[in-house]
Amino acid sequence: MDLNIIWFILVGVLLTGYAILDGFDLGVGALHLLTKTDEERRISINSIGPVWDGNEVWLVTGGGALFAAFPDVYATVFSGFYIAFMLLLFVLIFRAVAIEFRSKQESKRWRGAWDIAFSVSSIIIALLMGVAIGNIIRGIPVGADKEFAGTFLGLLNPYSLLVGITTVALFTMHGAIYLVMKTEGELQNKVRTWVNNTIIFFVICFVTATMATLIYYPNMITHFKDNPSFFLVAIVTMLAIANIPREINNKREFRAFLSSASTIALLLVLFAIGIFPNIVLSNPIVENSLTIYNASSSQKTLMIMLIMAIIGMPFVVAYTIIIHKIYKGKVKLDDTSY
Amino acid sequence: MDTEILARIQFAFTIAFHYIYPPISIGLGVLLVIMEGMYVKTGNKIYETITKFWIKIFALVFAMGVATGIVMEFEFGTNWATYSRFVGDVFGSALAAEGIFAFFLESGFLAILVFGWNRVSTRMHFFSTIMVSFGSMLSAVWIVVANSWQQTPAGYHIVNNGGFLRAEITDFWAMVFNPSSVDRLIHTLSGAWLTGAFLVLSVSAFYLLKNRHIDFAKKSMKIALSLAIFASLFQLFTGHQSAQGISSTQPAKLAAFEGHYNTSPAPLYLFGWVNNDEQKVNFGVSIPGMLSYLTYGDFQKPVKGLNDFKPEDRPPVNIVFQSYHLMVAIGFTLIGLSLLSLLLLRKDALFKNKLFLKILVGSVLLPQAANQLGWISAEVGRQPWIVYNLLRTKDAISKSVGSGEIIFSLILFTLIYALLFVLFIFLLDRKIKHGPEDATENDGVYSEQKAIFKNK
Repeated sequence: MDLNIIWFILVGVLLTGYAILDGFDLGVGALHLLTKTDEERRISINSIGPVWDGNEVWLVTGGGALFAAFPDVYATVFSGFYIAFMLLLFVLIFRAVAIEFRSKQESKRWRGAWDIAFSVSSIIIALLMGVAIGNIIRGIPVGADKEFAGTFLGLLNPYSLLVGITTVALFTMHGAIYLVMKTEGELQNKVRTWVNNTIIFFVICFVTATMATLIYYPNMITHFKDNPSFFLVAIVTMLAIANIPREINNKREFRAFLSSASTIALLLVLFAIGIFPNIVLSNPIVENSLTIYNASSSQKTLMIMLIMAIIGMPFVVAYTIIIHKIYKGKVKLDDTSY
Repeated sequence: MDTEILARIQFAFTIAFHYIYPPISIGLGVLLVIMEGMYVKTGNKIYETITKFWIKIFALVFAMGVATGIVMEFEFGTNWATYSRFVGDVFGSALAAEGIFAFFLESGFLAILVFGWNRVSTRMHFFSTIMVSFGSMLSAVWIVVANSWQQTPAGYHIVNNGGFLRAEITDFWAMVFNPSSVDRLIHTLSGAWLTGAFLVLSVSAFYLLKNRHIDFAKKSMKIALSLAIFASLFQLFTGHQSAQGISSTQPAKLAAFEGHYNTSPAPLYLFGWVNNDEQKVNFGVSIPGMLSYLTYGDFQKPVKGLNDFKPEDRPPVNIVFQSYHLMVAIGFTLIGLSLLSLLLLRKDALFKNKLFLKILVGSVLLPQAANQLGWISAEVGRQPWIVYNLLRTKDAISKSVGSGEIIFSLILFTLIYALLFVLFIFLLDRKIKHGPEDATENDGVYSEQKAIFKNK
């Protein structure tokens, strides 16, 4: 295993961390408008209140790591997906602002407006991330100069939108399970009914997207053919998904949450195996693809950063666990809440 | 308009807006450590009230910083793709270090700071405050290192990477401690401390004028004043260090600071207006030979002038001159205000002098202005280079992004930032007018209502 592969994995770990952690924030956001009273909505927001911005840091650091380890990928994708990234920035800002500002006024209209902003921006964030993944699977037009040669509308193709909707479904399910853990009483019973619906919604999307991938983008299965042991990952993914309704029915929410977190991680592992060693597949001119070798920083820099990661990551994991431990359990509204 | 100008306008606008907030976080963070430290040490409830109030302001400011900061990280890639390819090996690692070492620290412990009062012990809370303050400064370390490398690149070599030239690290510590890193870091941090200190001074002065939260205001003011005095004087030293460093590392920038065209013993201007065509400073008042003296300790020693550089290698002069001189003028004003405050405090007049308190209320804007002006002089003074003497700004933009796309994003940024700013000011104003909780004084209608509520 060389440094380039290690960094491919590490960037993947950071983005997976983001998907698992902010994934439930986005899911809670997507479900937010289903809660009705102000108290329920406050519980919904406060369930992610102390943790959402720490969760977003995984995206920021993932972006920084991509910039440092694979500058050409960072440059090509961020400038190529310009409009998409700008929209992503706006909805990320909007979500932050909505969470922060909603509680500052009592007025119904004020809160109602921020509730909509919070929910819609959460859904759009998830959708855009999925669309990006869809386009990476399909491949995007890249020129010999490593620059993106397509258009914004070209990114909004049916397959990528399907992956986008699947991502929304996945995070919504994940968020619903998280919300069951954080709520109690009548609200919890209500949320519990949503979980089953979100599981069904996700499974339908997942199966459709998987079929579409197998039919239209067989490039994703090359490594699975060459190395059948990878198929085990696919089987474990199915088991993780199947385990979610089982745990929910047995009222073991935390284990259900672990299952959906594993589902997210495993889906991203399948995705990573599929695209390897490309990070940006060039379609139609495959030779222009950006791989973990032709798009990376120097070996020396990858080594320096690996040392930094070895020093820094234990702290990151420790903070994450400590914070989630301190705030585990049911949401209790007090004078510091949103 | 061409894409280079548009991309520069967008970057300047988004970074200027972003940079309103981090200096407050850094400055206020230091003050929070002192405030909560006093509480932990004395157990005096008033310090708890003070800490809790300023943490609420801190949280609001921090949220603004995060929301606008993520834009900056993305913008290198979206608008400056060629730059990103060129510097990714060097600059990217500093950004990644900021994420791994600083952001997680800050955001993790901030959750305890804001929401943890009832969940963790006082000591753990105090520890979290220290960590958040430390994290915010660590974040400044990495971002200033990255920016300083653009000003004075070191520890790298240029490599042909598949037909494209780029910079790669040869010596990590030489890159981190490049010639301008330390000078610029302490200058930036000290500016941030001033920003936090004068915010607290301003709000406290406001309460004193309104005759509200008197004890709270006096104690807050004393804490902030100690930082203001230290930081404003320290800024003299760091500013001098920076300018001296620039004289050897970026002589064109120093020449632009003073509108100095011909290599000769150079005066130091107090103010003036540069006429670039006639190559002279109009309406100026200057101390002859002073720049030579400050730079080399010799009034007669020549300072390199702009004419020693090719016209295409010179920065725009007047804007650099004006922003630099305004920044220096504000710096001295802040020293004056800090020392005058101390004098009045000694004479027991600080809390009573209405005129001076009014000046302090307005003074919150001064460090903010100085921060912005300082960055303008540093970054415009670096032009036409994006990485000094290595890569020109015009060669650094994204090739696949058109002007229409940038106009679209620029309009959206303008709208959303205008909205953000209005909301921020509105909420800040409300929090300040509302004042600290548990205030002992009569706070008018609100506290009466609360008193009734509590009695029930």
